[in-house]
Amino acid sequence: MQGISCDNISKSYENGKKALDGIGFSFGERGIISVIGRNGAGKTTLTRILATELMPNSGHAEIDGIDVVADPGPIRERIAIVPQESRPIGWLTCKQAVVTYLLYRGYGYSEASSRAMESLRKIGIDQYANTLSRKLSGGTKRKLTIATVLASDAKIIFLDEPTTGLDPISRNELWGMLEHLKKDYLIFLTTHYLEEAERLADKIAIMEMGRLLAFGTMDELRKKVRYEYAIRIGDRKRPRCKLKEGAYVTGSDGTEQIFTSKAEAFTISQQLIKEGTSFSSNPLSLEDIFYYIVKMRLSEDYGEK
Amino acid sequence: MERNRFSQVIASILVNSLYALENYPITLINSLLAPISIIIVIFFVSRGSLIGVAIEGGLLTAMISSGTSLQMDVSHFKNDFKIQDMVVSSPTTQFTYMSGMALSEIVDTLPALLVLGVLALLFVHPTLVQALVLLFVMLMMFVFSASLGFLFSTFTTDIIESRAFLGIFGLLLTTIPPIYYPITYIPKPFQYLAYLSPTTYAAEIVQNSIGYLQLTPLNLGVDYAVVIVAAFGLLLISYKHAVWREN
Repeated sequence: MQGISCDNISKSYENGKKALDGIGFSFGERGIISVIGRNGAGKTTLTRILATELMPNSGHAEIDGIDVVADPGPIRERIAIVPQESRPIGWLTCKQAVVTYLLYRGYGYSEASSRAMESLRKIGIDQYANTLSRKLSGGTKRKLTIATVLASDAKIIFLDEPTTGLDPISRNELWGMLEHLKKDYLIFLTTHYLEEAERLADKIAIMEMGRLLAFGTMDELRKKVRYEYAIRIGDRKRPRCKLKEGAYVTGSDGTEQIFTSKAEAFTISQQLIKEGTSFSSNPLSLEDIFYYIVKMRLSEDYGEK
Repeated sequence: MERNRFSQVIASILVNSLYALENYPITLINSLLAPISIIIVIFFVSRGSLIGVAIEGGLLTAMISSGTSLQMDVSHFKNDFKIQDMVVSSPTTQFTYMSGMALSEIVDTLPALLVLGVLALLFVHPTLVQALVLLFVMLMMFVFSASLGFLFSTFTTDIIESRAFLGIFGLLLTTIPPIYYPITYIPKPFQYLAYLSPTTYAAEIVQNSIGYLQLTPLNLGVDYAVVIVAAFGLLLISYKHAVWREN
């Protein structure tokens, strides 16, 4: 198939740490697939395996129908990666940084030069073409790394935590850029920012301790939680109302929440108004889903609450 | 699309040498001064008598330093900029990337080689055969030290570690072995220690060629054998053990 597919991918490191445990999913040829998870969940390991940098111990993965393990050559023609914590080389200007990458990909100098300028323009940083990259702000450096890979002919782009450490404005600018780019590219995006995945991704993979806990669109993930709405109680006290349908959940910030159906959310809201309890009622966010799914798995595995 | 292998080699030369030189010209002065400084010391200490051997030692040192510098540059690109990760996931092969990086070190050393070459013409007056012997030994020492550099670059995880290795290599390969002066200048027990480094054998070949040492044909043969085995042996080890796609 076109796009990315994985089947039962596992990876253990020499120190015995199991980084991936039976990962399987598939995703089409355009759009954004976002992988979320805590530190050490296995996001970067999965990215590096798919980007042909790291060998898995077992399992099968394909990009555009080509085996990632057995035949990395043709895959490397189609992919490009911005690794986690990568940064432009400080002694190169922006244009030189992009040109160099394109030469590595086998372009002639004049074509590399014109593509570099075109890509810098597309990302909106062409005014820095002749500026040393060490003089750029953090956000512009990030944009430069993305402009670098987009200048190539790769149609599958791996971005490993591209917005980590950016201020909210720069992050928003990058999100706008990625939203625009996803029409033409398949972007494999790992992130710690749940709102980033929720806003940008067509499909989201939730990982924890090397396992894929859930995969799907936001609607599909909501179905995994069984409920569609979250009612957040303002004063952190559990209300007295009886639930016909739903569950009490303690949120990531310690607030009491009720996960329930859309119809039941309406009934509970009326009761809370009568009680004079302050609350808010919204469709489940990715943050709600993430904490619910990860906590459920931890409590299943380790009895954690 | 048709990939241009030549462009892929040029990329490393640009990023590691020419663009650095263009944007930070001070690197040129450092590149020129480094091999000349010891020659000046030897010139003063020997009252000029060892100038020829010191110049040829400077040429050898320039090539060895080029090779060992690879270790630091490759690991800097890999660990600090993640350039190697980007290149692994691109149509560039390991061989092309490493060849480009190796050539970039030579390009970086060219100004120094040029100055040392002119000094050699002025003070050594080498014959064509002597020049060819020198070029061959320089090439072998570059293959040896570059292979050593590549091998260690795959294991180093931080610039601090790379810098330490670079210092150790410099000490063991060019400072302690008798490269700038004949081996007969150091006491007997230390000569045996000097023979632990392949660079000693390389220096002996060159010093014999220009008349500072008189080696028997057997000793000269052993020197050539050691130099060739060290260069290609380490190249093979480096090629087999250097990590491109990680396991």
